[in-house]
Amino acid sequence: MAALDELTTPAGDDDVVGGVPARLVAAPRDTAEAAALVTAARGLSVVIRGGGTKLDWGPPPRDLDLIIDTRRLTGVVEHAAGDLITVVRAGTPMAELHRLPGQQLALDAPPAATAGGTVAANASGPRRLRYGTARDLLIGITVVRPDGTVTKAGGKVVKNVAGYDLGKLYTGAFGTLGLITACVFRLHPVPAASAFVRAAAPPGHAARVLAGQFAASALEVNAEPGAEPELAVLLEGTPAGVRERAAAVAAVLDGEVSAEPPEWWDVLPWAPDGLGVKLTGALSQVPALVATAVGAGATVRGSAGTGVLYAGFPAAGTPPGSSPSSASPSSAPPSSASPSSASPSGASPSSGVASSRAPLSASGVVEAGRAVELLRAAAIRAGGHAVVLTAPAGVRDTLDMWGPVPGLELMRRVKDRFDPEHRFAPGRFVGGI
Amino acid sequence: MTGIDGLAARLRAGIGTQRVLTDRQELRTYECDGLAHYKVIPALVALPVTAAQVAAVVRACAATGTPFVARGSGTGLSGGALPHADGVLIVTSRLREIVEVRPEDERAVVQPGVINLDVTKAATPHGYYYAPDPSSQQICSIGGNVAENSGGAHCLKYGFTTNHVTGLEVVTPDGERVRLGGTAPDTPGYDLLGVFVGSEGTLGVATEVTVRLTRLPETVRTLLAAFGSTDQAGAATSAIIAAGVVPAAIEMMDALAIEAAEAAVHCGYPAGAGAVLIVELDGPAAEVDAQFDEVSALCTAHGAFETRVAADDAERALIWRGRKSAFAAVGRISPDYIVQDGVIPRTALPEVLRRIGEVADGHGVRVANVFHAGDGNLHPLVLFDAEVPGQAERAETVSAAILDLCIEHGGSITGEHGVGIDKAKYMPRMFTDADLDTMQLLRCAFDPDGLANPGKVFPTPRLCGEQPGRRQGTHPLQSSGVAEIF
Ligand SMILES: Cc1cc2nc3c(=O)[nH]c(=O)nc-3n(C[C@H](O)[C@H](O)[C@@H](O)COP(=O)(O)OP(=O)(O)OC[C@H]3O[C@@H](n4cnc5c(N)ncnc54)[C@H](O)[C@@H]3O)c2cc1C
Ligand SMILES: Cc1cc2nc3c(=O)[nH]c(=O)nc-3n(C[C@H](O)[C@H](O)[C@H](O)COP(=O)(O)OP(=O)(O)OC[C@H]3O[C@@H](n4cnc5c(N)ncnc54)[C@H](O)[C@@H]3O)c2cc1C
Repeated sequence: MAALDELTTPAGDDDVVGGVPARLVAAPRDTAEAAALVTAARGLSVVIRGGGTKLDWGPPPRDLDLIIDTRRLTGVVEHAAGDLITVVRAGTPMAELHRLPGQQLALDAPPAATAGGTVAANASGPRRLRYGTARDLLIGITVVRPDGTVTKAGGKVVKNVAGYDLGKLYTGAFGTLGLITACVFRLHPVPAASAFVRAAAPPGHAARVLAGQFAASALEVNAEPGAEPELAVLLEGTPAGVRERAAAVAAVLDGEVSAEPPEWWDVLPWAPDGLGVKLTGALSQVPALVATAVGAGATVRGSAGTGVLYAGFPAAGTPPGSSPSSASPSSAPPSSASPSSASPSGASPSSGVASSRAPLSASGVVEAGRAVELLRAAAIRAGGHAVVLTAPAGVRDTLDMWGPVPGLELMRRVKDRFDPEHRFAPGRFVGGI
Repeated sequence: MTGIDGLAARLRAGIGTQRVLTDRQELRTYECDGLAHYKVIPALVALPVTAAQVAAVVRACAATGTPFVARGSGTGLSGGALPHADGVLIVTSRLREIVEVRPEDERAVVQPGVINLDVTKAATPHGYYYAPDPSSQQICSIGGNVAENSGGAHCLKYGFTTNHVTGLEVVTPDGERVRLGGTAPDTPGYDLLGVFVGSEGTLGVATEVTVRLTRLPETVRTLLAAFGSTDQAGAATSAIIAAGVVPAAIEMMDALAIEAAEAAVHCGYPAGAGAVLIVELDGPAAEVDAQFDEVSALCTAHGAFETRVAADDAERALIWRGRKSAFAAVGRISPDYIVQDGVIPRTALPEVLRRIGEVADGHGVRVANVFHAGDGNLHPLVLFDAEVPGQAERAETVSAAILDLCIEHGGSITGEHGVGIDKAKYMPRMFTDADLDTMQLLRCAFDPDGLANPGKVFPTPRLCGEQPGRRQGTHPLQSSGVAEIF
């Protein structure tokens, strides 16, 4: 068995997670080498790095010895077009999966994000209304467990109920249960035609679209202090069908049909050093959630069709929670991250709001804490949750980023079984897992 | 008082005398599920009427180390609800309340004993329905659907139970009531909801289910296409998918299945067909109409000698009648049969159907095929006569060979009926020891004492805390009588 020093290199200046520097880095080439590495790394604390696009989100690790980088675990192993499935290595960039010939992995994620990172974060974007999230599209998975055991779950067929659906367990586990080395996804055909409908309309009008017969692929809201809220709808299908439905949606919302999405589509509403919160709630509560968040000074975007929203507060200086107009800088035009192609999958949800402010002041810390409390209370009332995805360095430590979680005790028991020494991403997950 | 008598007394005091059955005659009602050749009479049946009572029963089991098995409507086809001889069967048939229907949130909240079709009936007046539609939907329970991750003819487009359940209340094997998921999607933390679905009663008892409601489609169009052979029908299926069409359902029946259906329900399918396809499209009218023409043309191009389009709901029902009655109908042409449930990649359909035919011929056994062609979920019906010596064994052999074909082609040993008691022994053909050990890690997190539906799903249960590695001799769970290996 290879020794640790053959498989790792000393960490460099950039090998830092949430401000915590690593000692060692490794980039295994295949599942076997990854298993050897994890076996040799017994006793070390580990964080997995995919594209690193969101690695700093979430709480920092309690300890960090080794970063396992999936950048060499790349490539589409199989694309069975007739079966609408693909087998990919975990480090494969999402950009490759967005443009398989004639087909697509219908998951909105930044092009530089990896398949493994997208699954580990259960990422999603506007099109979740039609296609679901990573948990719905993952049909098989290979994982190296913290003790070095290589294990698979699921398979290569969409319909399969043999044994526990452990793919669901690893999806959204943020690397706390092991290293994902390969994923099998269900694919969808690229639709023959698509169109957007854009309207200046209150979030409450989203219900009109849901109640109609439009089979929308995405139904997004954008609202910010001091500006009129907007709705945008994506329709996909046959050219004639899309034309007809787009016209009907435009009539219902008093909006316009457009080939392009609005510039805010699939762009998270905060700057790199801003405060970003994911808000969920029952569909009928979306308008109330949006109103609360905007009232607190946030820009709010997300899926009014599924009840998953993202609230972003201006980067710094201006305390959130003060009067709406004081937060208007958050409505600054998006940066280069705005989508350039007509394809929504090409859009990047990475930060699009320009930031030019100084770090948060002490009062900013207090205000951020209050804003999170306010949003969390609103989300719980709405039947959902508020999770702080990212926060400025100064406030991060003061916030309960995950908030209360039902079933936490069972989750701890799961973690104890899979990673008894709590070495994988220690402290990064719910309840300090 | 010790053992089961003590437990019975404790349960009678806890949940009421008439909700605890110990009379052997009464217990016999529950001796099997839909896979009737496995029979075990439970030591005790509990019929709780509230989630709190379910928790009380499970706590009593935990306290006394008594195994328990949940049962919904008992329609399962893998022996999942087969009772434990020394255990408690917890029957959910008195938990039948539809708690809430909230079309504005696209959700309904129901108790686990609620019948699948009743959710749709409650939602339809609001313009919604519950999408997963197992053929047994008039009798099977939502709790059973959750445990089996049940599918239906329309899951090709709409997905399975797991894609339509957003929240659960479960009683864990130590008797705690825990909420998993909720109304909103993406509950933070591990997706324990996602792993509970499909866990076949081995992680606890679901006591409340929050389901997603789906908007009733504007248009439904159904086509019946008759082909000379299953090869042609398979090729047409592949062509439809390759064209980028995602029908709500694509179902196939072969000549023998058609013969059975004709004998039973006179569905009037085109004479002389070697295979029929039922293709259903639903959604906005503008989409469906364009795609329907494409599907018809593709069927004709791949050799369909007759296509029929349902003009109205009555004609649609007629087309589906043959398909939906097929399992039962096979009883008309054979005294006994095994319903197999395997999955293959759709593109392997023609090849695997041919190989099934060869295997069947080789053993002198007839196999009728009726299945979900769109997602490659085969339901070969292996016909035999138990009265004729040797036939049952030969049917078993063919049935097992079919599963091997599925695995060989990269498929699965079960697409919707579950592993239960029936297929536990096949799990090692699909998964390595390491894979099965990993599933045990989850099991042990929920159920360290192995009391929830022991002996199901896994071939060789290990005690939690035991080190993985080669297993030798009798398993401790076996020798202590906690688990039997069938
Ligand atoms: C706390 C948090 C919450 C998020 N919530 C959302 C959301 O709700 N919606 C959304 O669209 N996006 C969300 N994201 C963003 C999501 O991470 C990115 O969209 C994802 O695609 C990043 O991919 P990446 O390859 O850049 O991963 P990275 O940024 O490198 O890593 C992201 C996370 O995944 C883990 N990880 C990466 N690769 C693997 C692997 N192979 N095996 C195991 N674990 C791995 C990392 O340890 C890290 O926890 C969230 C991110 C974080 C950190
Ligand atoms: C004619 C016929 C057609 C069928 N067609 C289909 C089909 O198209 N698609 C399909 O997927 N299946 C089909 N089935 C199989 C069966 O109907 C499904 O598996 C169904 O979900 C079982 O529901 P039930 O209420 O009968 O469960 P049961 O048979 O009572 O139990 C099934 C399993 O669920 C567990 N269970 C039950 N309730 C709970 C609970 N509340 N909490 C935890 N575990 C629980 C049991 O322990 C057992 O392991 C068919 C069966 C028949 C007889």
